[in-house]
Amino acid sequence: MKLTGGQIVVESLKREGVDVMFGYPGGAVIALYDAFYDSDIRNILVRHEQGAGHAADGYARATGKVGVCIATSGPGATNLATALATAYMDSIPIVAITGQVSTGMIGNDAFQETDATGITRSITKYNFLVKDINNLARIIKTAFYIARSGRPGPVLIDLPTNITKSKTEFIYPETIEIRGYKPTYKGHNLQIKRAAAAINAAVQPVLYVGGGAILSNASKEIRELAHKANLPITTTLMGIGIFPEDDPLALKMLGMHGSWYANWAINHSDLIIAVGARFDDRVTGDVNKFAPNAKIIHIDIDPTSISKSIKVDIPIVGDVKAVVTELNQFIEYRERKDWFDLVFKWKEEHPLIYDWSDDVIKPQYVIEQIYDITKGKDLIISTEVGQNQMWAAQFFTYKYARQLLTSGGLGTMGYGFPAAIGAKAGMPEKTVIDIAGDGSIQMNIQELATAVENCIDVKIFILNNGYLGLVRQWQQLFYGNRTSSTCIRRSLRCPDKCAGPGPQCPEYLPDFVALAEAYAATGIRVEKPQDVRSAIEKALKTKGVVIVDFIVAPEENVFPMIPSGGSAKEMLTHELV
Amino acid sequence: MREYIFSVLVENQFGVLSRISNLFSSRGYNISSLAVGQTEEEDKSRMIISVLGDKNIIEQIKKQLNRLIDTIKVIDLTDSDIVERELALIKVNASVKTRNNVFQVADVFRAKVVDISSDTLTLEVTGITKKINAMIELLRQFGIKEIVRTGRIALARE
Repeated sequence: MKLTGGQIVVESLKREGVDVMFGYPGGAVIALYDAFYDSDIRNILVRHEQGAGHAADGYARATGKVGVCIATSGPGATNLATALATAYMDSIPIVAITGQVSTGMIGNDAFQETDATGITRSITKYNFLVKDINNLARIIKTAFYIARSGRPGPVLIDLPTNITKSKTEFIYPETIEIRGYKPTYKGHNLQIKRAAAAINAAVQPVLYVGGGAILSNASKEIRELAHKANLPITTTLMGIGIFPEDDPLALKMLGMHGSWYANWAINHSDLIIAVGARFDDRVTGDVNKFAPNAKIIHIDIDPTSISKSIKVDIPIVGDVKAVVTELNQFIEYRERKDWFDLVFKWKEEHPLIYDWSDDVIKPQYVIEQIYDITKGKDLIISTEVGQNQMWAAQFFTYKYARQLLTSGGLGTMGYGFPAAIGAKAGMPEKTVIDIAGDGSIQMNIQELATAVENCIDVKIFILNNGYLGLVRQWQQLFYGNRTSSTCIRRSLRCPDKCAGPGPQCPEYLPDFVALAEAYAATGIRVEKPQDVRSAIEKALKTKGVVIVDFIVAPEENVFPMIPSGGSAKEMLTHELV
Repeated sequence: MREYIFSVLVENQFGVLSRISNLFSSRGYNISSLAVGQTEEEDKSRMIISVLGDKNIIEQIKKQLNRLIDTIKVIDLTDSDIVERELALIKVNASVKTRNNVFQVADVFRAKVVDISSDTLTLEVTGITKKINAMIELLRQFGIKEIVRTGRIALARE
């Protein structure tokens, strides 16, 4: 049967099990959207293509499936770039289909033409320009295969408009073989045995787990490894949730804003077992001072991550779930009493803390109360970027994989809200909360319409301090408190050099409660610590999209902090400053 | 730091050359030369890439090349027994007086004269990179107007 290019896209997406996609139409994709009109794939219209990209990303992180987003040519494709880069840095499987001008017009500086494949080459795992309609079905199948296999990542398909309108026989290929792409899933047997021997002999080991373990759906295997071998376990920002943080073995997050005891344990370890993590600079700080006495085992599906910045002693290329399953067979329990005495002492003496205030809401308190009220059950948290993100990582007790959705690698402000929309669309039974800063939330605030009109009931909790908090923190600590362009409330009425926040400051802009109501959502403002719990409960009980505007302490800082290029020995803590 | 040479077999597809050069530029690797052409099979191309680097950088480059979906095979030819060649066209200043001297240099290097004018000579030379570099050095005294080189290509010996 002959189908148009648009219809072939629909049929191919159905074959790939796609049930929801996020997009924004335009001239180049009219025929595509015409085909969508008759299909039962849920098509969510966003208000900015970046929102579509982040929503596909949030959907993928929450469900484990491939997220799909659609944009038109030219500005549609370029608007998608940030979302693609976000997914690329965190290895999230999404397929983006962008319209393109007709094949005959390519290279002619045509209306709404951009070189989408050229622009996105370095921020996608792979991309395609469809030049022949007979390749379309195979390209779509290949795109999904590449997106979800090996180390997952975003794939872009640039689809010229004339191809969406031409017709051909629809044949969906059974299998895809790419001779240059054969990811290794099974780990090398000998290396696995060597690793097990090293773990069994280690005196002060630490298990360091990253996003790769979550992508591999390896919660059970990681738990077994930690308990069977008796290992303290720390996670990266991307690995949060792989292991229940209320377990005594849990050291929570490590790195620049990780817990003191996680960084200290790593610094004093004699063996680091890295699983699905890539020794990112936020974790290592100065590579010459990172874990000076530790031998390193590294399990990762991507060989380029191994020995990239830190020399690895026992590399194992393979899928986390498959490798750790094998590894667990050779692991033996060791008491390691002296090591755990030390680690538990560190945990007790240096917990994550903040100063309580009766007069002003502390942002950390808001996060703690969200956990206290919900216990994290059936809850997904997405975050924006900056202090809101770090406090969300530190002060909530995560127990489930795919519970925290956050832009770790790229650090994209404006990620959290559309990602929350994508997550809720994919997991409607869960409660989804976006933890935001007053700066970040404004980057994709237009998606309020998307959420309300599609009845995607996410809750937005804004930690409103009137600043671009994390940059302000750096300015305070390292730039003599010169708050250059970090006060979001600053208006022309302010003095040339600000003396600090106070009652003389301009109004918070926008009035988030009024803004919520302008979008037919519910807005709640909270200004006193005593009202925090009831506001959270009310927001969770209220049907529909809810924005809670928590007015929090303006100059609160994230601690601990390892300054850029520093080591655990240079860790700044809340007391030291 | 030394010069490494890779033979990379890739899919003969639109965008592959761009993807590979993107890989090098985005990570700041130093390409000395890059030559690419079709292979014995129509759907595959072979690229010979010369890179300046140290052992760690080269390890990363090898892995990064392998990770690319269009890359079928990566071979590090640096310490192997290889046949390597490069071709250069060199336009040299050559007046009636100096012309013979240029011919002599060309002779030593078995270069051919492919163009002649009243004040220039264009020479074509093939050989290993060191030989071509040496000839260029010797021709400098006459004044070199323009050089175009193909970059090294290489094959492993059996």
